[in-house]
Amino acid sequence: MNGPPHLWLIPLLPLAGFLLNGILGARLPRWLVTTIGLLAPLGALAVVLNATAVAASHPGITVCKGCTYPQGSFYLPNVETCPHAWIALPGLHVDFTFVLDQLSLVMLLVVTGVGFLIHVYSVGYMRDDPGYARYFSYLNLFLFFMTTLVLAGNVLVMFVGWEGVGLASYLLIGFWFQKPSAAAAGKKAFIVNRIGDFGFLIGIFLLLANFGTLTFSEIANKLAASPIWSSGVLTAICLCLLAGAAGKSAQLPLYVWLPDAMEGPTPVSALIHAATMVTAGVYMIARTHFLFDRAPIALGTVAIVGAATAIFAATIALAQNDIKRVLAYSTISQLGYMFLACGVAAYSAAIFHLVTHAFFKALLFLAAGSVIHAMGGEQDMRKMGGLRKKLPVTFWTMTVAVFTIAGFWPLAAFYSKDAILYAAFVHGVGGKFLWFVGLVTAMLTALYMFRLWYMTFFGELRTADAHPHESPWSMRAPLIVLALLSICGGWIGIERFSSYLAPAVGLHPAVSSFPHLELILGIVAVLVALEGFLIADKYYRRKTERPAQLAAAMPAEYKLLANKYYVDEFYDARLVKPLFWFSQFVLGWVVDFAILGGIAWLLAGIANLSGAILQRWQSGNLRSYAAWLALGAAALLLFVLLGHHFAEPPRIMVNLVRGH
Amino acid sequence: MSFMQHDVPLTWYLLLSAVLFSLGVVGFLIKRNLITVFMSIELMLNAVNLSFVAFAYQWHAVKGQIFVFFVMMVAAAEAAVGLAIIIAVFRTRATLAVDRIDLMKL
Repeated sequence: MNGPPHLWLIPLLPLAGFLLNGILGARLPRWLVTTIGLLAPLGALAVVLNATAVAASHPGITVCKGCTYPQGSFYLPNVETCPHAWIALPGLHVDFTFVLDQLSLVMLLVVTGVGFLIHVYSVGYMRDDPGYARYFSYLNLFLFFMTTLVLAGNVLVMFVGWEGVGLASYLLIGFWFQKPSAAAAGKKAFIVNRIGDFGFLIGIFLLLANFGTLTFSEIANKLAASPIWSSGVLTAICLCLLAGAAGKSAQLPLYVWLPDAMEGPTPVSALIHAATMVTAGVYMIARTHFLFDRAPIALGTVAIVGAATAIFAATIALAQNDIKRVLAYSTISQLGYMFLACGVAAYSAAIFHLVTHAFFKALLFLAAGSVIHAMGGEQDMRKMGGLRKKLPVTFWTMTVAVFTIAGFWPLAAFYSKDAILYAAFVHGVGGKFLWFVGLVTAMLTALYMFRLWYMTFFGELRTADAHPHESPWSMRAPLIVLALLSICGGWIGIERFSSYLAPAVGLHPAVSSFPHLELILGIVAVLVALEGFLIADKYYRRKTERPAQLAAAMPAEYKLLANKYYVDEFYDARLVKPLFWFSQFVLGWVVDFAILGGIAWLLAGIANLSGAILQRWQSGNLRSYAAWLALGAAALLLFVLLGHHFAEPPRIMVNLVRGH
Repeated sequence: MSFMQHDVPLTWYLLLSAVLFSLGVVGFLIKRNLITVFMSIELMLNAVNLSFVAFAYQWHAVKGQIFVFFVMMVAAAEAAVGLAIIIAVFRTRATLAVDRIDLMKL
């Protein structure tokens, strides 16, 4: 068990699955496609579990820099480097390095564990889809890039994974590319992510210019070695990284792609757009926490962006009727919580919430997928209702998830959300405000989640021609496993979790002068969640006519929420349209057509004109050709004879004249 | 045993060559019959051959004679191809007047 953990196997197994299913999938029988598609994440999960077991058998040992340990033993962080340098240039040396430390181990467990469950679920969900093999190959491709991102030992390898998951996300959002809306959503996700990635790339260049290396540990060492590093540069780097993280993790102002990404198959929404890929931004901030720790302004920006996103998205979720869109805005809101935690330097709390969120949000999406599956593709909650009896497993697992996300004790999100709110509360004066925003968001979260719960499962079915049926076992089993994880996932507690993560993200003790503060804050959070539950109970169970009355009483506010604050319209009018106009008129017409096209036309015109003149020689008359030939020969003779008057005679003449 | 003492001087050969060449050029330019034009080309080639041989003899260089062989070989090949083209032209157009064979103009 003490052997090397073979980290390279973790990404390469899904890659093999992608290649096999991607190239041969259409010709293979369905059971083989399923086997390949499931074995790849299962193998990766097995390697990760093995590494976890090995790491657990060496508790409390972390490597110090420059220490050498006996060959073959296993310590965290464990570094595996490809023997051939990836980029070897003067002043730039980049290896293809994988690093397994506590942070990447936790993340890997989530990615491969939840990833495997969602693969299993997909077998049932995508059973009748003609693109079955393509679907699984994309899903495996995603796992390949995601594990690369998580394992990356330097920024550039991380960027490879980062772009790769963006690609997989694009492919899977547009999986049903026959639908124009799905194709457009894929494009939107890709383009919005490019904006963030531009910032990330600038950040990478700044890191390289200032530190001369891209390896995380080396940057951390250089930073630790010189305490007077100019914070302006660090702030710039961190803000650039934040732009990348905000793009990938759907934070203000780059969140607009995530709700549209719901066009993809629901398991994809669960895996990529809830549990794993969108948390990459949080992971990246935690990974580069040594930079953010030294840039307080950037850290404050992270907190503000997170808090603003959390409450902003939660209010939008109140007025959405598409079950998946409610969950999408909920995801944005929860990611805001994680950013908020990062912003108050509680990285372990952020990662803790990331883990529990992966469980319960994947569960929510998969349960929603089960509902959609049962309703024959219907996503509008206004047409659902009364599904409690028809879909018992889905109902109960969804119930677990809803109570978890609302933050009820002793479910997972209670612990993680509590840790974040507590960390915010003890973070100075600004932290109190952040805490309050987080608390209001918690109330809104409970409200919209119970609204979804009541609208979907209670009352009477509001569609006449639907025949809901429970999903197959391949879909029910992951729901149950995820429900158990959602219940138990938080029991480890933030203290143990953060002390485990401490070697990777540093210990950020949140000390309070008041001894029972954490308990009180926890009770307050639960009471607030209960308040949200009671409001939802009143409006969506007992007095179902009230929401419509309320909307009618405040038409402007309701329309503002239902139309998502008109952000898409605003971006379209202020950014997309001008850019489009600029591309079409300035770049397309002026630069491309007028300038570049003009040069091409000019050259073509010169050739055309000279051709028109010279073609008169091409008379077809043999004797005119002969005359020209003779004339030419005569001219040549004349030149040879008189040439030495003007210039050096041609070499051949000199030879001829000299003879031998 | 000098060249000049016993034989025709080089200049004469060159003059003859020039005359023959000029005849070839003039025939090439003014004759309308394709075969005559063709023969004029042969005349020019042979005029050149003559000067080659004369020079080779004068300077005791075998290179000139080798050139003549090359020229003769090319002329033979050209005659074969050229006559074949002329026959083909005649079969399709029923004429050999160069002024009327002008389809290749634009």
